[in-house]
This record gives sequence, C-alpha cells and structure tokens, in this order.
Amino acid sequence: MSAPLLGFWELAAAAVLVVINAALSLLLSLGFERALIIAAVRAAVQLLLVGLVLRTVFELGSPLLVGGIVLFMLVTASYEIASRQERRFAGFWGFGVGAGAATVATLIVATFALISLQPDPWFSPATVIPLVGIMLGTVMNGVSISLNAFNTGVVREHAVIDARLALGADRDIALKPLQRSAIRAGMIPIINSMSAAGIVTLPGMMTGQILAGMPPFEAAKYQILILFLLSAAAGFGALAATYVAVRRISDDRDRLRLDRLAQG
Amino acid sequence: MFELRALRRLTVGPVDLVAGRGSCLSIMGRSGSGKSLLLRMIADLDPHEGDAFLDGAACAQMPAPVWRRMVTYVPAESGWWDERVDAHFPDGTDFTTLLPSVGIAPEAAGWPVDRLSTGERQRLALLRALRPANRVLLLDEPTSGLDPASVQMAEEVLRQQLDRGVAILMVTHDPQQAARMASRHFELRDGMLKERPV
Repeated sequence: MSAPLLGFWELAAAAVLVVINAALSLLLSLGFERALIIAAVRAAVQLLLVGLVLRTVFELGSPLLVGGIVLFMLVTASYEIASRQERRFAGFWGFGVGAGAATVATLIVATFALISLQPDPWFSPATVIPLVGIMLGTVMNGVSISLNAFNTGVVREHAVIDARLALGADRDIALKPLQRSAIRAGMIPIINSMSAAGIVTLPGMMTGQILAGMPPFEAAKYQILILFLLSAAAGFGALAATYVAVRRISDDRDRLRLDRLAQG
Repeated sequence: MFELRALRRLTVGPVDLVAGRGSCLSIMGRSGSGKSLLLRMIADLDPHEGDAFLDGAACAQMPAPVWRRMVTYVPAESGWWDERVDAHFPDGTDFTTLLPSVGIAPEAAGWPVDRLSTGERQRLALLRALRPANRVLLLDEPTSGLDPASVQMAEEVLRQQLDRGVAILMVTHDPQQAARMASRHFELRDGMLKERPV
C-alpha cells in the first residue's frame, strides 16, 4: 500500500479554512473564534506529538513500551468516563466502576482481535495501539453513557425502586428495568454507526484508508471487522459497568444505597 | 409475636418494642422526628444496628425480601414501576371486589397510573401491599389527605387485616384515628419511642 504523502503546504491550506471561519466569527461577532483557534492548535500539536511518539514506539518495538502506552490510554479513558458522570459513586468506586468495565471490555475484545489478526510480533505496536485506541473510544461512550443513565435513573426513581424492595422484590428485580434502559442508551451510538455505515457516513477509518490508497473493498472489510469489534466492546463495557453498578448501589440485604453516591 | 431489640440508626433509637398478633400500635411525633426512618429500619430498608424478630426469627437471619414480604412497609408517597395499575398486583387478582373495598371503581385496574389522583394512589398502594404472607404492616400515614368516607373504608380494610392476626404499626398525625384503630399509643421524640397513656 503506497500512501500519497501529505506535505506541510497542504496542511497549511486546510488551516486557512479554519482561519477564514474564525475571521467570519469575529466579523459577525459570533464569539467562537478563540475557542476554535485554540482547539485547532491543540488538535495539530497533539496529533503531531502522537505521530512522533508512535514513530519512536514503532521503531523500538518493545512490548513493555506498548503495554505502558495501552495502560496510559486505559487510565485516560477511565478518567474521562468518571468525569462524564453526573452522579458518580463515592470514593474509589467513582473511578473504579468505569475503569474496571472499560478495561475488561477492551482487553477481552483486543485479545480476540489479536488472535484473529495475528500480527507479527503479537504485540506489534502498529496493530495494538490503533486497535486499542479506536476500541477505547467506543467503550468510553458505551460505559460512560450507560453508567450515567443508570446512576441518574436510580436517583430519579428511588421511590419506585424502594416500593418494589419494600414489597419483597430482590435488588436484581427492582433494578432490572433501569439496568436494561441504561445498557440500551449506551449501545445507541455504536448501533447508529453500524446502521448508517456507508449510507449516511463513510466511517473515518475507512475514509482514511481509501485516501491513503487502499482498495475500497479491502478498506470496507477492515471497517466491518472494526465495527463488529467495537459493538462487542461497547456491549461488554455497558454490561459490565451496569452489572457492577447494580451491586454497588444496593447491598447484600437488598437495600438501595444512595448514600454510596458522591454528594452533589 | 413481633419484637424490636435496640434498633438504631442516626438520631433514632435505640428502640425496643413488643407487639402481639393482631394488635395495632400508633406512632405519633413531630415531622422530622424519624418516624419514617424507624419504619424503614424495621423493614430493613436502611442499614441499622439492632434487629427485629418475628416469632423469634431474626430479620438478619433470613433474606431481606423474605422478611419484607412478611413485614411490609407502605410509605406515605407511593412509587409505581409500571404504566398500568393492574401490573402492580399479582396475576389473577380479582379487582371487582378489591377496588370497591376502598371506594375505587374496578375499571381503574386497567388505567394508567398517571390518571390516578393522589388519594387513589394512596389507597391502591395500601391494597397492593396486602398479601397472604403479611404478618406485620408498617404504615406511614396511610390515610393522610383522604376524605372521611375513604378514611373509613381504608380503616375497615385494615381492621380485616388485624382480625386475621396481622399486627399494624401505624404512623399517624390524627389522634382520633389513633384512638379508633390502635390499642397502644407511642410517641417518637428525640429519637426515643415512649408509650403514651391512653
């Protein structure tokens, strides 16, 4: 696969468009020029840095280094999941539930992907890092949306849950409807991308591969593989997160424990 | 026989109490004195110290759902988990006689819960809590805000429960209701449950 290389002049041309947009905002006093420029600069700096770092990592090819980067990505994603929560668990669990669910889902599906793709060596950074990255993005959505839906739902409907518990339902029965709708909410983004793939949008990865010179049919097969992996990862993540949340928001005497949510 | 031993949570307790089969005890006390907290503790819906016993069997020694099917808490504000009224009752419930016993038309069984008035919800929440397994009912202001005719019907339903041996702990703000229904009267003040002379 020979990718047409992109020069800095082409990038600069695209940057002009951003500048025009910012100028329009200034002219019409829409007030987003500052945020737009800062975001554009951030994107450029961050991505170029990542490109440099990855180049070094690819050259070194050390499994320890790959593991370290995966760990760093997991921690960052977990932090993002925790900060998306309107009502998070108090203490360690505020971070732990999302982190655990994201890690389990990502590791399961990444292992499966590595077994089926068989990169050489198995820890090949050019395979592992992009794969974990794209999966974590989806897992992050699935886990943070479902966890947020579950916890805010429990707070909103605590009287309903208490009513069922008071009449002798166990915690699984009392919390099942909320768990179900929370998982469904977490799965909506990936289900949308799968249903609309190719019709409404060309997925970013496939677009990139085609632009980089891969035959479209081959790019499509890769994209299908990735979408399947992503949906599995989102599903595992949402399931794991809500399952742990059900256990944590209730106790072994089948009581609803809203006191285990952080105040706020 | 129903017994509370050193039940305690936050500012409430320790509370000790013994209630016989088919007896009704009233609990009065200012708003915020912890009456609901006490009833929730007895139903084991909140963590607490001490324990409750039914015929010598400790709450802590059995699964909480089993305990709550025998010792059932009916909160002042009812929660509804399904859209339709009848989904909150066991399959095969005969609504034609059940609902009129509290002055509600049998057709209400097929209504959405949203259509019910506050008073209707209150009476239906009481009815759905009545099961053959009940041994103790923990009622939190079961008739507050009902019209006199509805209060009378609800009390009649409760008397039938007392007659079949169910014990009732009733939180009420109405001294006359306490006098009508209960044989012993208590007041919760500063976290302590004191028996009041009749």
